[in-house]
Amino acid sequence: MPQLEDRKEHHSELAEGVSARVSTTDQVQIKTPAKICGMGHRKKRKEDPRFIQGKGNYVDDVKLPGMLYMDIVRSPYAHAKIKSIDASAALEMEGVVAVITGEDLKAAGNLHWMPTLMSDTQMVLPIDKVVYYAQEVCAVIATSRYVAADAIEQVFVDYEPLDAVVDPFEALKDEVIVRDDKEKKTNHIWHWEAGDKAATDAVLKDAATVVKEKLYIPRIHVSSIETCGMVANYNKAREHMQIYMTSQAPHAHRTVFALVSGLPEHKIQIISPDIGGGFGGKVPVYPGYVICAVASLVTGKPVKWIEDRSENLQADSFARDYHIEAEMAANEDGKITGLRVKTLSDCGAADAAANPSKFPAGLYSICTGSYDMKAAHIEVDGVYTTKPPGGVAYRCSFRVTEAVHMIERMTDIMAHQLGEDPADFRLKNFIRPDQFPYKSPTGWEYDSGNYEGALKKAMEMIDYRALRQEQKEMRAKGELMGIGISSFTEVVGAGPSKDYDILGIKMFDSAEIRIHPTGKAMARFGTKSQGQGHETTYAQIIAEELGLPSDDIEVEEGDTDTAPYGLGTYASRSTPTAGAAAAMAARKIKAKAKKIAAHLLEVGEEDLEWNVDRFQVKGSPDQAKTIQEIAFAAYTNHPQGMEAGLEAVDYYDPPNLTFPFGSYICVVDIDKGTGEVKIRRFVAVDDCGHIINPMIVEGQIHGGLTMGLAPAMYEEIVYDENGQNLSGTFADYLLPTAVESPKWELGKTITPSPHHPIGAKGVGESPTVGAPPAIANAVVDALWHLGVRHIDIPITPQKVWKLLRDNGVTD
Amino acid sequence: MIPGAFDYHSPRTLDEALSLLQKHAGEAKILAGGQSLIPAMRFRLAMPPILVDINRLDDLRYVEERGDHLAIGAMTREHALEDSQVVRSSYPLLHDTARVIADPLVRNQATVGGNIAHADPANDHPATMLAYHATVIAKGPSGERKIPIDDFFTGLFENAMKEDEILTEIRIPKPGANSGGAYTKLERKVGDYAISAAAVQLRLDGGTIAEARIGLTNVSAVPMRARAAEAELLGKSVSDAVIEAAGKAAAGECDPSPDLRGTIEYKRDMTRVMVKRSIHKAIARAKGGN
Repeated sequence: MPQLEDRKEHHSELAEGVSARVSTTDQVQIKTPAKICGMGHRKKRKEDPRFIQGKGNYVDDVKLPGMLYMDIVRSPYAHAKIKSIDASAALEMEGVVAVITGEDLKAAGNLHWMPTLMSDTQMVLPIDKVVYYAQEVCAVIATSRYVAADAIEQVFVDYEPLDAVVDPFEALKDEVIVRDDKEKKTNHIWHWEAGDKAATDAVLKDAATVVKEKLYIPRIHVSSIETCGMVANYNKAREHMQIYMTSQAPHAHRTVFALVSGLPEHKIQIISPDIGGGFGGKVPVYPGYVICAVASLVTGKPVKWIEDRSENLQADSFARDYHIEAEMAANEDGKITGLRVKTLSDCGAADAAANPSKFPAGLYSICTGSYDMKAAHIEVDGVYTTKPPGGVAYRCSFRVTEAVHMIERMTDIMAHQLGEDPADFRLKNFIRPDQFPYKSPTGWEYDSGNYEGALKKAMEMIDYRALRQEQKEMRAKGELMGIGISSFTEVVGAGPSKDYDILGIKMFDSAEIRIHPTGKAMARFGTKSQGQGHETTYAQIIAEELGLPSDDIEVEEGDTDTAPYGLGTYASRSTPTAGAAAAMAARKIKAKAKKIAAHLLEVGEEDLEWNVDRFQVKGSPDQAKTIQEIAFAAYTNHPQGMEAGLEAVDYYDPPNLTFPFGSYICVVDIDKGTGEVKIRRFVAVDDCGHIINPMIVEGQIHGGLTMGLAPAMYEEIVYDENGQNLSGTFADYLLPTAVESPKWELGKTITPSPHHPIGAKGVGESPTVGAPPAIANAVVDALWHLGVRHIDIPITPQKVWKLLRDNGVTD
Repeated sequence: MIPGAFDYHSPRTLDEALSLLQKHAGEAKILAGGQSLIPAMRFRLAMPPILVDINRLDDLRYVEERGDHLAIGAMTREHALEDSQVVRSSYPLLHDTARVIADPLVRNQATVGGNIAHADPANDHPATMLAYHATVIAKGPSGERKIPIDDFFTGLFENAMKEDEILTEIRIPKPGANSGGAYTKLERKVGDYAISAAAVQLRLDGGTIAEARIGLTNVSAVPMRARAAEAELLGKSVSDAVIEAAGKAAAGECDPSPDLRGTIEYKRDMTRVMVKRSIHKAIARAKGGN
């Protein structure tokens, strides 16, 4: 079996034989001393001193001379004709510079529409009608933020309300057409399939047991602490547009801006400074960005636009909103044999999802999960409704959360239906370690995994068998306790260029490392941290490869003028792509360093070996040149005929995706009087391959679990029948706090990715993906004996109360 | 989330504050802890032209027993109730309440007087003060007057005070021997308003419930007493059946509105459950338990 020591050194070799069986450990590998602090060290984050001291630099911290402020008039209707817009009173107010309408954008070069990342179109500002509540209607530009806020109240818009269509099943009837700008007068957008329909139908037809369930994964919002915003600064003399923007993908956004606006790409600089959380919500281009940039073009002045919380919650891209109908088949031995899934994807008023181009339903077809089965068939239909467009990921890799929730719920339903213990049922049905690389019935090649290892570890940590005994005793006393398991498989690191692109741009990512003469280094990346800790993680990867102390490496991202081109940070792709690029660029540097060392030591390259931070002569370790000595020589004493300097850039095209996984076990107690669910324990065993910084990984898991708890029990964007958002503030869109969060008990297994240069897989989203079904399964497990088969998230006290009372339970 | 324009005054004395209210009658709004008013202003639901900020009136911050009652200065922060030894030991209903108002950040700033004067049935103190049979002290240009809590809440966000009066103190009668009280609240998450909550204060005479007052939170347009539920308890021997009857009576007499916190049916049933749980706890405390 290939071990990590067999790391391939070149792209060409990596591209072949990308998957292989690997062994699992639970020990973090550390190869460098603390002073170098490479991979595996619990290094405190380099970025934290500035954040803790309030010295971060966010978009709203940017203040430029003569800067103007923008505020947006938004629609009070979900669907209405615009009869007129009267901005005269606003324009008369002192300090109001301009009011920008859809007509103005049209005149500026048809900028009133823009493309979405899914090759659909979306209004920037409307001319004829609005199609969602809180839609941008026009914008006021003023000399102060306060004047702008006062002025939007002086813009009078005459609307003629139209019928809203909020329910996607109603939308399919095409009685109310959302997008009458389109040639085809239908709300149906696309149909997409994966897997083998005939084989799946046959398996289900012959199955000993089939379970069927409808699941709704509700519309939610990422609610990053920092809302979206921009400072656009157009310099007419230079014909140059400088943009500070809350962007998870500054390079991709620069290209989109160039294509849409006609400004040449070299005259656009996008700077994504410190970002206060993204979770996918800062991948799309929102109308506000475009209007703000146009406002700067028109006025010739810097213009700032910062959303307020309600605008962010009500108008920016949602996540999820999948209506699923799933059927699972099993044979007489209780082996899962097949899965048939039909899903309606409520896209809102435009398909503005942030999936790779070829994947309208993202990576949803990963939904056979951790289980070996013969056949599966997935159908998804996208539909327009009069709701804000989307959807983004909410800390998950392109619809994997929906897939995992469905398969983990169905697996639990099947286990209960068959009268089998849900843990034993999973252990029986897992893809076995010796089946990797595993080809799934929907076409994925899982790179590596050890699912039984993770579940057994979680069962041991929580003492699963004892809990089942306790549950039996409590049930005899009429108390409601449940145990839920989720054994999820993630799919991240998009992605290989043959399949993955966004608007045609392949989903590689990049790293550029420059080592200075004194042995310090600057590393720049095409990704963009929003809190993930890239400045620390990337430095540790380079430290591991080159032996430079990670403190001697400055990591920079987010400025398109200086960073190499990359597709940005989302879908847990940074470590799988840019992290790999860091290692590959470092290896290019190391290859040159070896030549310099051979020159300095007057030996042949073949006589040298690498030892942590130096090249030494084989059998004579005293004869050595450290990386710092080599760096100095690269500028002062490099071999004749060799280019000076010590730097490299790498654009890494991953040979496959990576497949992190884990097993979570949740224990709940249910209050029979109120329906409240109390999470008593939550054990999370994650496997993200090799760990670069355990502290950062644990922090990611804590955050991710809390963002899994959130939709499982609290968060939902709710609309009334007229399409009015009823949850447009944090008073009604409920974010869990430390009070609601249980104590997260973490464990780990380590099954390295066989194709990733450092065996890492990505981790930021695993817990968000894996946690909700563990919670939902626990609640249903507590209620199954009453006849309850399913409960949709968010699991609110009222929903549980209804199930209890319907089944005759009260206090 | 940008408020409209307003003028701001920050008086140093109560008399100065009262004269500002008189001078700007009909225009001035008192700013106490600001935990309701400031959000309302940021949403432009409230656009008062003049704010009279009374946060400098340090004389209105105290919690102490005086004679037959507990006196609470109107500008006392909620966290001070949580931390008060006398509240903790002798006024468990009040202590229960103070611990579940919003969240710690809010409680560091919110004031007891503001919570009551706002007359929001979703606030927690109105139910508690109704259960305690408290008295509100209001000061105006013509002096001080006492308003019994039963007369204080006159409508949604409306109270019995005049525009030129300031709520200065709340008085809670000292509970007698064999008394107990409790506040039980069901909320979707910390910081949310109650789905339903019940404040119960009662006195036992042997095994009989001699006195009982019950206030309900967020299940009516105006803060309300559950008088039918009280009637189910008065003069009765303590039993599960009596407590259940009181819970059911409260569920019947409350008047909740449906919203994202729940349907009417759910809120009524939760009122039943909250009232029962508060009664059980109050009885246990009356008997000397915690």
